[in-house]
Amino acid sequence: MHGLAFDISHLLSGSLVLISLMLLYQDRLHSLLNVFAVHAVVLGLAVGWQAHIQDAPHLYVTAAIALLFKALVIPVALHRMVRRLGIHREIETVVGIGPTMLFGIGLVALSIIVMLPVTEQADALTREDLAFALSVVLLGLLAMVTRRNAVGQVVGFMSLENGLILAAAGAKGMPLVVEISVAFSVLIALIVIGIFLFRIRERFDTVDVSVLDRFRGEQP
Amino acid sequence: MSISGEAATVGVLIIPAIAAAVLAIVRSYRLGAAINVLATALTLLTASALVFVRPAPSLYLQVDDFNIFLIILNTFVAFTTSVFSASYISHELATGRLTPGYLRFYHAMYQVLMLAMNLALLANNIGLMWVAIEVATLTTVLMVGIYRTAESLEAAWKYFILGSVGIALALFGTILIYLAARPVMGQGMEAMSWTLLVAHAASFDPALLNLAFIFLLLGYGTKVGLAPLHAWLPDAHAEGPTPISAVLSGLLLNVALYVLLRFKILLTANAAALAPGLLMIGMGLISLSFAALMLYRRRDIKRMFAYSSIEHMGIITFAFGMGGPLASFAGLFHMTMHSLTKSAIFFAVGHVSQAKGTQKIADIRGLTESHPMLGWGLVLGVVAIAGMPPFGIFMSEFLIITSTFARQPLLAIPLVLGLLVGFGALVLRMQGFAFGTPSPSSGPVHASYVPLFAHLALVLVAGLYLPDALVSWFRSVAAMIG
Repeated sequence: MHGLAFDISHLLSGSLVLISLMLLYQDRLHSLLNVFAVHAVVLGLAVGWQAHIQDAPHLYVTAAIALLFKALVIPVALHRMVRRLGIHREIETVVGIGPTMLFGIGLVALSIIVMLPVTEQADALTREDLAFALSVVLLGLLAMVTRRNAVGQVVGFMSLENGLILAAAGAKGMPLVVEISVAFSVLIALIVIGIFLFRIRERFDTVDVSVLDRFRGEQP
Repeated sequence: MSISGEAATVGVLIIPAIAAAVLAIVRSYRLGAAINVLATALTLLTASALVFVRPAPSLYLQVDDFNIFLIILNTFVAFTTSVFSASYISHELATGRLTPGYLRFYHAMYQVLMLAMNLALLANNIGLMWVAIEVATLTTVLMVGIYRTAESLEAAWKYFILGSVGIALALFGTILIYLAARPVMGQGMEAMSWTLLVAHAASFDPALLNLAFIFLLLGYGTKVGLAPLHAWLPDAHAEGPTPISAVLSGLLLNVALYVLLRFKILLTANAAALAPGLLMIGMGLISLSFAALMLYRRRDIKRMFAYSSIEHMGIITFAFGMGGPLASFAGLFHMTMHSLTKSAIFFAVGHVSQAKGTQKIADIRGLTESHPMLGWGLVLGVVAIAGMPPFGIFMSEFLIITSTFARQPLLAIPLVLGLLVGFGALVLRMQGFAFGTPSPSSGPVHASYVPLFAHLALVLVAGLYLPDALVSWFRSVAAMIG
């Protein structure tokens, strides 16, 4: 089991966690989008490798979606949107980068502590994959929480979804429906987000979500 | 009955799908509203056929004792809401809050939402369940933001972000369930089919099931609106069109809770896994007490009833957490009653805010004088939702309290306290908007009272008399939930 196949998939999912951590300290929109593109590429490779070692051709489709759609189409579209709308290039974060990174490392440790003991029955590959996937999910959540900017939150959400796809691909033989639906949901989600970004822009001349907070219905 | 169970099952799904496609291209809003009503009526009829003929469960869809009543309830409230919506939107169009283009979109989305909810209820596949809940979430996000005001965009954005995070956690839980099932049931679709999962659940790895349930509880719990994951709910209710508030409170929260209960059954089937009841009791009580306290400080009438929905979802979750034949019976009953009452209240509130031109509680006074029918309808609704006899909610709350006293007297204290606090808040506010001198700014109202009073009549009848068939059937479902 601990052959080359294991090592490579380990390397790829480990890099995904690393890139998730990198997403946390980006303070410019364009570099954030670039790092996200790398995130998606690594996800595509990881899923593709899983397809190879599990002998599950349908996973190649998922890998292709990750590579084409998430690594290429979405970042390009968001880049264009940022430029066209003239959004502030800097990302405001809620807390400083230092505490965020420390917290992120804590989350990775937490997911390893949580996942490894409960999956003792599963094979080593699934176990580690799942622990990594949970880390990516939690780091995605953290990225969403610490960003004030709508685009930043969306990127956080997409990296979270990447973690889910990693988990789904690692779960051997999981039926196709789920992978496709996840990919599809990202598509829908993006359309929604696109509409929202435009609407938000129309109304406030900003996509900084903290500006929206002023409009919370209940202030007198 | 001439149609087969399979045909009826497919019908419940395909009618909304076709209607959505048709509504997307119909330009006239009157025709659109009529088609909307017609489609929901047809769906209701088809769903009723499922009571008599039941298809064998497949890998994807199933009809059993548990979901059949929710399907009927769902299609029924969808039908009455579409009638209400038809009278509601003409006013929105007249005041220019919605344009004909958006109305077309609204009608199509309404049907997509019905499709998604029916699919979530009928699904026998945990992956399919998840997809359906996700689609339902996305359509409601779009509908909440439909007015395109600053407030509604803020509400939709918040709902979208929190809803997606919840949905993502639920998917992780779903994957973990599959992983728990795989060593026992092998790879493939069988390991995601709910009926097969329950049959084999006893031999699953309990640790993995426990972890999965935590994720599922947090994920779908967000959709149920359990505190502290409820933040999206009041905003989404207050800022969207009122028919959507009625559907959200009356149906979508129920559907999410239903999905959660399916997983509860799965966990109960495994003796070594943790008892899901304890977690549900905790979250239920937190939601109840929190929402009851928050009811006092509401200034917006729709927001207030949204908090009341959180309160009631808390009560229902608590009841199912207690478990046992009596508490689960009460939980099911409460689910039905809350759904009917809360949607009735939103029907009334929708017309009230149109007549008064505001949702601010302070600006709504003396409704029973200025709009007697509407005012008294709302009063009856509030009396019912506050849990006063002779309405059905009194019955179900009474059952929940007595069964709690019998088994866990200590837990009954926060439960009763929460109920009383919520009761006080509702009665206090009701006196403000229902009685006294009418507030000056008020227009005439072109309301259709039929849906409102039909719901209230059902709740009243259920509080006075439940047919034996219904009772025995509620009992069998309660036994199934455990």
